[in-house]
Amino acid sequence: MTITVNMTVNGKDVSAEVEPRTLLVQLLRENLGLTGTHVGCDTSQCGACVVHVDGESVKSCTLLAAQCDGGQVTTIEGLADGDTLHPMQEAFREHHGLQCGFCTPGMVMSAIDLVNRNGAPSETEIREWLEGNICRCTGYHNIVKAIDAGAKSMGG
Amino acid sequence: MYEFEYHRPSSVAEAAELVSKADDGALMAGGQTLIPTLKQRLASPSDVVDLGAIAELKGIRVEGDAVVVGAGTPHAAVAGSAEVQGAIPALAALAEAIGDPQVRNKGTLGGSIANNDPAADYPAAVLGLGATVTTNQREIAADDFFTGMFETALTDGEIVTAVRFPKPQRAGYAKFPNPASRYAIVGVLVAETSGGVRVAVTGAGSCVFRASEMEQALAGSFSAEALDGISVPADDLNNDLHASAAYRAHLVSVMAKRAVAAAQ
Repeated sequence: MTITVNMTVNGKDVSAEVEPRTLLVQLLRENLGLTGTHVGCDTSQCGACVVHVDGESVKSCTLLAAQCDGGQVTTIEGLADGDTLHPMQEAFREHHGLQCGFCTPGMVMSAIDLVNRNGAPSETEIREWLEGNICRCTGYHNIVKAIDAGAKSMGG
Repeated sequence: MYEFEYHRPSSVAEAAELVSKADDGALMAGGQTLIPTLKQRLASPSDVVDLGAIAELKGIRVEGDAVVVGAGTPHAAVAGSAEVQGAIPALAALAEAIGDPQVRNKGTLGGSIANNDPAADYPAAVLGLGATVTTNQREIAADDFFTGMFETALTDGEIVTAVRFPKPQRAGYAKFPNPASRYAIVGVLVAETSGGVRVAVTGAGSCVFRASEMEQALAGSFSAEALDGISVPADDLNNDLHASAAYRAHLVSVMAKRAVAAAQ
């Protein structure tokens, strides 16, 4: 049995026929081809799958697509304006806030939610916020620097 | 995940009817425990009834000397609520330390206490603050609500709708978190309430419990020193790869003292 889910993904209306057990991340990657959202641990710990639903960061591996029916979803693919990167993406590039890059989409989406709530986070607040995002390359130092810079450019 | 039928009611009455009609229905609040459980095939409900779209379950309001939190209110909303921070800062701080930001955006108070994980934070707040759990059928005192490991007084089809937290004179919460999951290896909430001092311990045993000897000591003097030499017996405490029972018993005393010191 399938159900119909309707949502807005990166500003576009999307309708899909899915099984009720379909996860949001499966809908994004497999139905919509938006493979920028990654599956790392698949146990809601690593944060590689973080996207925004109705403006808040969530783990898309721990959310049914059906729960997002009628919602507004933003993925890493929805941040840039044409060739112009989002300020947080630009800050990650400028400060080399990545090594292998696998955790990066989730890090960027999580960071933007932080800055939306707290426009000038301290280094401690940034590190605490990243509780749910794991970088297996252990490249946290530059990620924190990138988020600090990204917060400043988002504010400016 | 095994297959299931999905329902998304817009009222508590509709949800109760759906779950009672299902062969083996499961209620889902934020899904932060249920979905990982389903993914591991540790549960196979015939129907999942999603409470996430029920507006009447969400929200925080002050009623007299109590803060009433809707069961569907996410942890992040409790942590960020000016009403909660003002009336019961320990409750806001407890909510802020659950899991990680993304879990706090989805996980809910009602889901946490209905699940009654032995290492969850909210049971300590509900029991320690002497809260009252409201369901679609009745009101349940905190002392009667948590009945065992993953067990509560809730009957089939009964849905938690809100929790009423009476404002304490002061309260504090301290936990020793598992560094990976942020679940409590031991968490202690102490509160000076109109009904006396209450000390609730989570993470240490199979179910949240009150430490009566500590309550009596703190009733005499609400200070960390009053707990010197008082410990809970290790006999019935959890003994696993995260911590031995003896270590947990030690942590209960340490966390209780920290909670008293942090109380406001």
